[in-house]
Amino acid sequence: MAGPGNSRGFQGVFTPLRYWLLLPSWLVVGFFMVAPVLIMLVYSFLTKEFRGGVIWEFTLAAYDQFFLDRGLFGDEPPKIEWTYIGIFWRSVWQAGLATVLCLLIGFPTAYYIATRPPATRNIWVFLVTIPYWVNLLIRTVSMKFLIRDNGPINEWLLSAGLIAEPIHLINTPVAVQLGLFYSYLPFMVLPIYAAIERFDFSLCEAAADLYAGRWFALWHIIIPNVRPGIVAGCILVFIPSLGAFLAPDLLGGAKNFMIGSLIEEQFKGTAGNWPFGAAASMILLSVVLVVLFFNARNRATQTSGAGH
Amino acid sequence: MARKTDIRHYQGFLPMTVLCMVLLYGPLIIVMVYSFNDSLSITRWGGFSLRWYYDVFFGLEAPKFQKAAFNSFSIATMAAITSTTIAVAAAVGMIRGGQFRAKTASFALISLPLMVPEIVTAVATLIFFTTIGFTAGYATILVAHIVFCIPFAYLPIAARLEGIENIYEEAAMDLYASRAQAFFQVLMPLMLPGIISGFLLAFVISLDDFIITNFVKGAGIETLPTAIFGAVKQGIKPNIMAISTLLLLLSFVFVTLSWFAGRMGSKNP
Repeated sequence: MAGPGNSRGFQGVFTPLRYWLLLPSWLVVGFFMVAPVLIMLVYSFLTKEFRGGVIWEFTLAAYDQFFLDRGLFGDEPPKIEWTYIGIFWRSVWQAGLATVLCLLIGFPTAYYIATRPPATRNIWVFLVTIPYWVNLLIRTVSMKFLIRDNGPINEWLLSAGLIAEPIHLINTPVAVQLGLFYSYLPFMVLPIYAAIERFDFSLCEAAADLYAGRWFALWHIIIPNVRPGIVAGCILVFIPSLGAFLAPDLLGGAKNFMIGSLIEEQFKGTAGNWPFGAAASMILLSVVLVVLFFNARNRATQTSGAGH
Repeated sequence: MARKTDIRHYQGFLPMTVLCMVLLYGPLIIVMVYSFNDSLSITRWGGFSLRWYYDVFFGLEAPKFQKAAFNSFSIATMAAITSTTIAVAAAVGMIRGGQFRAKTASFALISLPLMVPEIVTAVATLIFFTTIGFTAGYATILVAHIVFCIPFAYLPIAARLEGIENIYEEAAMDLYASRAQAFFQVLMPLMLPGIISGFLLAFVISLDDFIITNFVKGAGIETLPTAIFGAVKQGIKPNIMAISTLLLLLSFVFVTLSWFAGRMGSKNP
């Protein structure tokens, strides 16, 4: 920061104020974000009230309901309850597939954009950035409009004589997958693009001089070097897909519940179960934190291993 | 010829890029086109018309949409102003604060709303407001939006500030400016593109938010996204496509402005 010849010694102009400057963000995020998550954790151990809400009595009932089946009257020996684990598994599966599909389309796109001359590159980046910020609800609704049984795609295919019956997609897992993939595709392209843009292509020239083929160079030189960007993109797609609510709700219907819809249902109207919803949220949050933790650790060992 | 020998060129990556763009823009463009459709059946094309736009502003449901639009815009304005102010202070503290112990933790805290899945934030906020007896409504939406917008405002502002050397504020202090003067008259004008960029992003994020709003709003108050969601549940009607198109264009304008603001004079700050 400031040099030693400065009248304020080693300190910058605003350095003494740093804690005061950070205080508002600590307070706001701490009070309205960290505290709520802790209270949610407490709620997940409370007893449910039937009209939505809680009774302040400690119980493990919410987690018990999530993982164990004790029969209709709760007196049978506990078995594993597969309903909610199944919903969770479906969420992980759908989010994982969306991540893979986004990677398959996103990597070539990011690569192509990053290897354009700077002027056209910016236009491409701009084009990918716009949907990143555009209203997710409207994007999901537009996907629903497009793939409905009597939507434009089916109408066109029917009138062109390519199909005899409309392709039924709405309320199928395929529609949910399409929605997730479509929602989070820009999240994959942008970090990979940033990594490839920084990549030193003279490494590839060196490889070519040593008779490496293009695809060999892609697999053995480019991809390992831009891996942090790929991992970042995968995380940015996987985490919001896992907790997605709009795509499963609008495109999947009641049969294609994901964890987000399960949580939402517990807080709607009077039929909900707040402790159960809080417990499901905590389970979702734990999975996300585990993913982020391993990523952080992975990155730490990578940088220390590489020696810089 | 040059393309063939370019080691960086891969066959098939351009078609993939085009496919990516078609996927990203196709559905949006089709909804925009069909919002001008002069037909009651929303998929048969019946000629160009502005009747659904007329319907949005003057039709039966117009008062409902106007109220929702008022809520959305007033909340977005206040949330963006507040979160941008907090983010500017935080950015100066982080970037100009040197090395200090709470730095990593502070950054984690500021970016927390980005890491936690939105639905978890929504549930936690709802439970929190219920516990402290803060009744759901306009104010709860506003507070939730302020928190959620902080990281979006922070990132472009911090990026801008990182590109500004500290010689400017040092020079101001050497010329006997107070700290406040050094900030408001020297550093802040230099940061302005980042601040505008952050403000516009925070505004768009607040305007577009559905999940958190849907949880904390309670009965009797709607924003544009929750009103659109409620209407879509009964089926996609043409007036919803018109209002969606308007909201899309608005987001487009704001993001474009933010984009250019973020790049304004970035070569020599």
